[in-house]
Amino acid sequence: MPNSKLTVPELAAVDVHGMTRSSFVLRGALAAGAVYGMGVVGPFVQRSFAQEGTAAPDADILNFALTLEILEATFYDEALKRVGGLSGDARALTEQLAEDEAAHVDALTAMIKDLGGQPTKAPKLDFGDAFEDEGSYFELAQDFEDTGVSAYNGAATAIQSKDVLEAAGTIVQVEGRHAALIRAQRGEEIAPTAFDDMLRQNEVLDKVAPFIKS
Amino acid sequence: MEKVETESRGAQQGPMSSDSWSRKRFMAMVGGTGAAGAFATLLAACGGSAEEPPDAEPTTGSAGGDLGIVQYALTLELLEEDFYDQILESGEVKDRKVRKLVEEVYGNEKEHADALRLTVENLGAVPNEPPETDFDAVLAGGEPTIIETAALVENLGAAAYLGQAARIENPRILEAALSIHTVEARHAARFNELARNGFESGKQLVGSIPDGPFSKPMDMETVLKKVQPFLAS
Repeated sequence: MPNSKLTVPELAAVDVHGMTRSSFVLRGALAAGAVYGMGVVGPFVQRSFAQEGTAAPDADILNFALTLEILEATFYDEALKRVGGLSGDARALTEQLAEDEAAHVDALTAMIKDLGGQPTKAPKLDFGDAFEDEGSYFELAQDFEDTGVSAYNGAATAIQSKDVLEAAGTIVQVEGRHAALIRAQRGEEIAPTAFDDMLRQNEVLDKVAPFIKS
Repeated sequence: MEKVETESRGAQQGPMSSDSWSRKRFMAMVGGTGAAGAFATLLAACGGSAEEPPDAEPTTGSAGGDLGIVQYALTLELLEEDFYDQILESGEVKDRKVRKLVEEVYGNEKEHADALRLTVENLGAVPNEPPETDFDAVLAGGEPTIIETAALVENLGAAAYLGQAARIENPRILEAALSIHTVEARHAARFNELARNGFESGKQLVGSIPDGPFSKPMDMETVLKKVQPFLAS
């Protein structure tokens, strides 16, 4: 993620013990600092880094999330190129979705590295005839976003680090917003249930497996 | 474990995805009652009668913190429920599409409040009373002000849940809070879009997704300060 997105000037003063300032853990800490006051950020950053090497389970969970985010980011990038005659609103929405998902991919990649893990490689993807028209594209987009929401929510209690949990929370809220905007675009109810579902990893994999070719 | 009173209200809901793990777990525990009842039963089970071994999840010593968070969430949900109720009563929303949305969101908030109220009771405490609200100025502003305010309130709600997530000790309560969190996010995005904070005005989705790709949490003190204008003095 470009460092230029960090707009709070005091952030430069934070001692990060040699970690890259673009790291997601740090971003989380800085965001927390912006909200809660900078006093809490020091201990927060140290605590995050102290978990290096022992937080493999969290890195695994984030790698799973990374796969989903790569799938979404690739999907919207391809949609921009391949869906014919996207209307103005639909195109604007798709551009925003593509941008957000790319930021999620960058953030998760950096965070997995911070945790001492190896970010998963982008899989080969094939979305079939989803880009035939705007309707089929948004139908699958809705599926992906609803699945994303449920995947993060379902994984949350398995996350060990409170910092990783909060970072995941900042992403899943955006997934929820995406889901609603796509649903509205399609004339669907934005929140068909009062409580979003939780999905386990194998349930999520069942949903996305048809699009992963390797 | 005390048996939980379930309500049939949730049964009006549409079918949830049949293959969901959470749904299966809910349904197995409550024998097919509605979402709010299922939710409360799930929480009631947090002492260890569910799948986890009884000692896997500490439930003592943290109840105070979790209870405070659930009461706080309940208060926010009650405020939202009351707001949408007053909007519908006022007849100020004329646009059919917007009215349908308000009805949908009202139903969601009511279920959230019901579930959280039962959760507080299951934690052995007395649920907070609904706050005394004052939305007169908002309603007097008509549809545009109502939509703007709904956008604001939903953004606050989403930020409030995000601000508490990492503080919740009990995993079942965390799951519940997260399953509400993303629904608040859905509401927020749509109302912001309707308030023309979204791409319809050519401003991209700055309002629908106001913080960019990473949402910002908000602490309790800030949230409570921001809802102050809607409380009766």
